[in-house]
Amino acid sequence: MSDMSLPAPVHRLATPFSNRRRQTLWAIGLSLSFLALIVVLGQRLDPAGLDTNLQARNQAPTWQHPFGTDWLGRDMLTRTLRGLTISLAVGVIASALSACIGLLIGLASATLGGWVDTVITWVIDMFLSLPHLVALILIAFVFGGGLTGVIASVALTHWTGLARLIRAEVLQLKTANYVQLSERLGRSRIWIARHHLLPHLIPQFVVGLLLLFPHAILHEAGITFIGIGLSPHQPAVGIILSESMRHLSTGYWWLAALPGLSLLVMVKSFDALGENLRALLDPKTSQE
Amino acid sequence: MKLLLFVVKKLARLAVLLIALSMAAFALVSLSPIDPVNAYIGADMLRVSPEQRAQIAERWGLNDPPVQRYLRWMGQALQGDLGTSSIYRQPVITVIGQRFTASLALMSAAWVLSGVLGFTLGVLAGGNEGSPLDRVVRWFAYTLAATPTFWLALLLLIVFSVTLRWTPICCAAPPGVLPEEATLLQRIHHLMLPAATLSIIGVANIALHTRQKLIAALHSDYALFATAQGEKRWGLIWQHGLRNIALPAITLQFASLSELFGGSVLAEQVFTYPGLGQATVQAGLRGDVPLLMGIVLFSAIFVFTGNALADLIYHVIDPRIRLGGGA
Amino acid sequence: MLAVRNLSISFRMYSAGLRQHEITPITGLDLEVRAGELVGIVGASGSGKSLLAHAILGILPANARTAGEIYFKETLLTPDRQKRLRGKEIALIPQSVGFLDPLMRVGQQVRRAAYLSGANGSAEAAQRQVFRRYGLRDEDAERYPFQVSGGMARRVLVSTAAVGQAALIIADEPTPGLHPAVVAETLGHLRQLADEGRAVLLITHDIGAALTVADRIAVFYAGTTVEVAPAADFQAGGQALRHPYTQALWRALPQNQFVPIAGSQPPPDQLPAGCLFAPRCPHVSAACRAARPELRLIRGGWVRCIHVEG
Repeated sequence: MSDMSLPAPVHRLATPFSNRRRQTLWAIGLSLSFLALIVVLGQRLDPAGLDTNLQARNQAPTWQHPFGTDWLGRDMLTRTLRGLTISLAVGVIASALSACIGLLIGLASATLGGWVDTVITWVIDMFLSLPHLVALILIAFVFGGGLTGVIASVALTHWTGLARLIRAEVLQLKTANYVQLSERLGRSRIWIARHHLLPHLIPQFVVGLLLLFPHAILHEAGITFIGIGLSPHQPAVGIILSESMRHLSTGYWWLAALPGLSLLVMVKSFDALGENLRALLDPKTSQE
Repeated sequence: MKLLLFVVKKLARLAVLLIALSMAAFALVSLSPIDPVNAYIGADMLRVSPEQRAQIAERWGLNDPPVQRYLRWMGQALQGDLGTSSIYRQPVITVIGQRFTASLALMSAAWVLSGVLGFTLGVLAGGNEGSPLDRVVRWFAYTLAATPTFWLALLLLIVFSVTLRWTPICCAAPPGVLPEEATLLQRIHHLMLPAATLSIIGVANIALHTRQKLIAALHSDYALFATAQGEKRWGLIWQHGLRNIALPAITLQFASLSELFGGSVLAEQVFTYPGLGQATVQAGLRGDVPLLMGIVLFSAIFVFTGNALADLIYHVIDPRIRLGGGA
Repeated sequence: MLAVRNLSISFRMYSAGLRQHEITPITGLDLEVRAGELVGIVGASGSGKSLLAHAILGILPANARTAGEIYFKETLLTPDRQKRLRGKEIALIPQSVGFLDPLMRVGQQVRRAAYLSGANGSAEAAQRQVFRRYGLRDEDAERYPFQVSGGMARRVLVSTAAVGQAALIIADEPTPGLHPAVVAETLGHLRQLADEGRAVLLITHDIGAALTVADRIAVFYAGTTVEVAPAADFQAGGQALRHPYTQALWRALPQNQFVPIAGSQPPPDQLPAGCLFAPRCPHVSAACRAARPELRLIRGGWVRCIHVEG
């Protein structure tokens, strides 16, 4: 897990005559259905699996309990799905907030210019000067931890990339011929924003938001795991994994392995969704 | 002379950054609902009377306005006194110094390992673009990027410490032995798994960037011309590819200290490794404001140094900058 | 030495929504170059000149597809043979220092070219010799590409090709935006290489420059050869030329009437069905629009126009 800016996967022609459009649409459909499945199962699965059942303690995975059971006999699959749903909800809220912050700050920076731009650039530099995890811990601490702390820390530390992207995009659009032409034709700034800027910015915003989810979810899980995030009363995946640590030395591997794997698959699905959508909206990244 | 100017410029920038950062961090922590006096007293809560609390608050100047408190803190910080850690009951500087020494061993091992491994994988993948090997490396790297560090640490712990019993399950030294008194072999033994976790995570970044840089180099005009001169694929990589991607890879590795530090926080937590990362978590969890402030500033210096070194290497090595006179 | 027969090159591209489509920048191209001869290939940008060079060397991008044949020394040039011959029998002189490795000293790059050309003897001696031939000093070898001036860059680039024993040298736009003296010097070097018995292909948009050294001129339009004429025909005046486009090019030269040609070359994805020049041709007829004309030998030159008579 990390917040490094990986190079965007440039989709190249692997098999010369395969139809990339269909493949991309399939990948989008598949990731969407998987994520929907998590949410639906997380809501619909029999809550009885969460009840303590001391007869069925510490069972390795079986058909009845595909993810095994924990030290209280609770079904780990049910717990994992619940945990994923919580992580997903927190991730979605935090990244939506973060994306909005990024959009507003990026727009402000590009349109107001002057000292506002300078200050914002400085603030972004300051954020990037700290290791991401240290910033997360600091902000979570400032907000007193818990749900608010997690959401605030994730939302307040992930907007910089999108803000820079939006800023660059708007600055570039402002110099575009057709925007300058509209200005000379006496169109109002609002008219220009609606007709020229928004159509370009909305896809950027949506893809940027989607690509924020994986980071948001991973960081939520990370600070929850170290104990600064969600409390044990909100059993997100981070909590499940941190609890599993106490039982590791006894050899109950499934307590950690399977919930973490599910988290990984969920994060990858979001990644696939974002990347494929980007390829569809912006074929420049997939030319050649 | 040019080098001196470079260093002076960087130091000035660092100073401004630290002042701004300390102001922002100080403002943030003074907003926190967590009471520093309670955090300091901790478990002795019941044995401390309200009068004693007021005394502590008075002595720490907690009743003064924030600006005054900041200026006092700043004045002491300039003299090298960052206050006393309420958890470790030691000067913050001492705590950071000791902890960072432990983390440094961990981080540098992971840093070198991930750099070498990532670069090699990136070259193999980029040199065989589109091949099964490339697909495997890419899939591996993107999957690693989506992998929670702490989960990977748990997995390694399950496999190597619990099941195979090759590595110890925690800490920096065997039970009953102080970390300072452990032998070199014992230290390495305890370092292996945390370092492996950190380097596996770090591999993704450097491998993907190296791969992309190499592909860009192999699609460049100079590669096209070299091909026209009869250069074969590996000749191309050896003669032109490595020459052009080595510098970006080294600088990227220096610029990745931020991720390395973040990763060490999580890895140290899983392996109960007594480094700076673990101290960061404790400071956040138990409201040790002086230590948290100290770590914020220290980690910023750490990251800044990495970036400055990356910059410096470009200036010293790249002939276009070294001989061109350009910035 | 080199014969190109009915060459076509097409690329597959992706547009918004990842929809596929194909463009064909070169269609039905024919060309011949003999040993000791310098042939100028002239055409506007986008006429597919550089692609021809890449096709001969077999260094087109992976998404390109070619049809037709290329013969080198009377034997078909297969991709495998191209791999073996490039750098040894066929050499390229690129447009600019942008084609040199920015982080490798120029002397080293020439030595590498010497090594790859398979020449006997030491690469270093070969590099020193070729540098001396083109008036470069020994210490110039220590420079990086960003340190060489325009004129010195041309000599280095010519050196990379001349250091080996290549029988065919392709110069791809070797004189872009250079000082006239440097242009003349570079063209002189190419002429020397042809006089040594090598075949030289000079690809350029500058017809005036090509005329000063070429034996024959091939005129490209929208990815095909419309005319191949002896350079002397251009000296003789517009009447000696065959194709309406060549005549228009000739009239556009500053020393003649300096008349620009109306209209513009069609982009590769919007080629007309018939003669490619039909939309801009003053002599266009229904027959021109119906089918692409074949190359015909008229008065000792090849032309792709149905109206020209012998």
